[in-house]
Amino acid sequence: MATIKVCGIETEYGIHSPGPEQNPIAASSVLVNAYAADVEHQIGWDFEDETPGNDARGFAREGAMAPMVETHLANTVLTNGARFYVDHAHPEYSSPECLTPLECLLYDKAGEEILRRAMAAAALRIPDQPAPVVHKNNSDGKGNSYGCHENYMMDRAVPFAKVIDGVVPHFVSRTLYTGSGKVGVETPALDVETVEYQISQRAEFFEEIVGLETTLKRPIVNTRDEPHADPKRFRRLHVIVGDANLAEMATFLKVGTTAIVLSMVEDDAGPARDLSLSDPVRALHQVSADLTLSRPLALTDGSTATALELQWELFGAARKYAEEYGLTSLGDDGTVGASVMEHWEAVLEGLESDPASLADCVDWVAKRELLLAYMDRHSCGWKDPRVAALALQYHDLRPDKSVFRRLDMRTLVDPSDVATAVSEPPLGTRAWFRGKCLARWPDAVVTANWDSLVFDIGADPLRRVPMMDPLKGTAELIGELLAMSTGPADLLHRLNS
Amino acid sequence: MAEQEQKKKGSGSRTTETDTEVEEAAPATSERGEKIKAELDDLLDEIDEVLEDNAEEFVRNYVQKGGQ
Repeated sequence: MATIKVCGIETEYGIHSPGPEQNPIAASSVLVNAYAADVEHQIGWDFEDETPGNDARGFAREGAMAPMVETHLANTVLTNGARFYVDHAHPEYSSPECLTPLECLLYDKAGEEILRRAMAAAALRIPDQPAPVVHKNNSDGKGNSYGCHENYMMDRAVPFAKVIDGVVPHFVSRTLYTGSGKVGVETPALDVETVEYQISQRAEFFEEIVGLETTLKRPIVNTRDEPHADPKRFRRLHVIVGDANLAEMATFLKVGTTAIVLSMVEDDAGPARDLSLSDPVRALHQVSADLTLSRPLALTDGSTATALELQWELFGAARKYAEEYGLTSLGDDGTVGASVMEHWEAVLEGLESDPASLADCVDWVAKRELLLAYMDRHSCGWKDPRVAALALQYHDLRPDKSVFRRLDMRTLVDPSDVATAVSEPPLGTRAWFRGKCLARWPDAVVTANWDSLVFDIGADPLRRVPMMDPLKGTAELIGELLAMSTGPADLLHRLNS
Repeated sequence: MAEQEQKKKGSGSRTTETDTEVEEAAPATSERGEKIKAELDDLLDEIDEVLEDNAEEFVRNYVQKGGQ
């Protein structure tokens, strides 16, 4: 039986200071520090156990361009269990560990709200300057890209080669509903003369099928092996290929369908035939550039399939899998899984019959319909700068400027639940323990990591509490113990007895 | 939605039977599509207030550092 797909999304946000001078690291720091000081308590991050250079294929690479861990930039852990920090000149929000794809959507939306509040707090701190502006997107139109990464817990026993084979066809084809849309082309991967609009912002930046890098030569499957959990039991699949989404349905399906595909991989219950693509990288670019959704992609078995056909095959396999195994691997009694299947089918049907009908639930469609209507009204074309400006402003997070916010998009989570998720951690993962300790004893938590908390109980030495299982430290398991604890020293005493 | 019931995708497998059903010609845009278009018109009426003043400069100035 597949393990529960504990999941989370980490998003690098675009940041822009009005005016010609840009200092994104400083601007990002103002954002994070303003939120931390004025809204939350600043808690240090413990980098000791970070191993971004470890590769899932079984080695620690020397000399490879492994991602750097920047230790000197603003960095805080929030009472909802998330991490909010500056990374590679972007403000980054890493959601807490979530139990279901629906909860993952909730905490992703909470992240957007946190960035909005951070902008407001930053504006108060620097009243004589315009505050930095944050966008939830993946590129600047000039060849620079930044990511929205998903994370999924998996059983370590599954050979990584199997994971690769299982996910590549899905990562390429799910672009049909995860793409957030982009005007034009910004790399040599596609023809700038003929491609006016792409389905995905991220696709053209990908150059490899499998690899460790994240900032150049980006791979469809990232091999980073840093489970932040018991490495003998768990793997954390770090997915860098997706677009950042504002449409709730897009985020929900992005995570939900992938959780199901990974469950099928774990239970060896995938599609009947091998869906491997001959040239997955090229296919990813082609899917992004093909607005007819009908381009056949070459498979290694000699046949072809469109991205939509690949998705139908994955959906069909998922339906059989759900009947045989159930979808409790998505973290609940099967309810969320049933919802994923229902919406997945509806979106595939929409893509097949009339993609424009998905303008209320898929970002690239919503954006495209808006841009087409704008171009029609103003008698201008794709190259008009107003079109690029409107496309960019779709992603603006400022409530008065966000174009997305003005669209009547389908929602799956309640705004009041999102507001709660800004400060309350998920109940069913170790994020609960982290968030609650931070809320109750912010001054006693010296540093935090995904898999540990370090307390200062007023006497040497500092005490480290390991959290090596993402499914422990939940409200159900230790809520009572935590409630009875009179302070951090008492908590530690109770945990050890 | 009536026009989508022509194609049943229960098992996810494509059969040639669907080809003949398509001849009934689904409309180019669905009812839902028309509704969305109408809402967009309303939005476009006020969008110019929301857009940044100098679009070309705004887009030119929007530069990001590469991330992960």
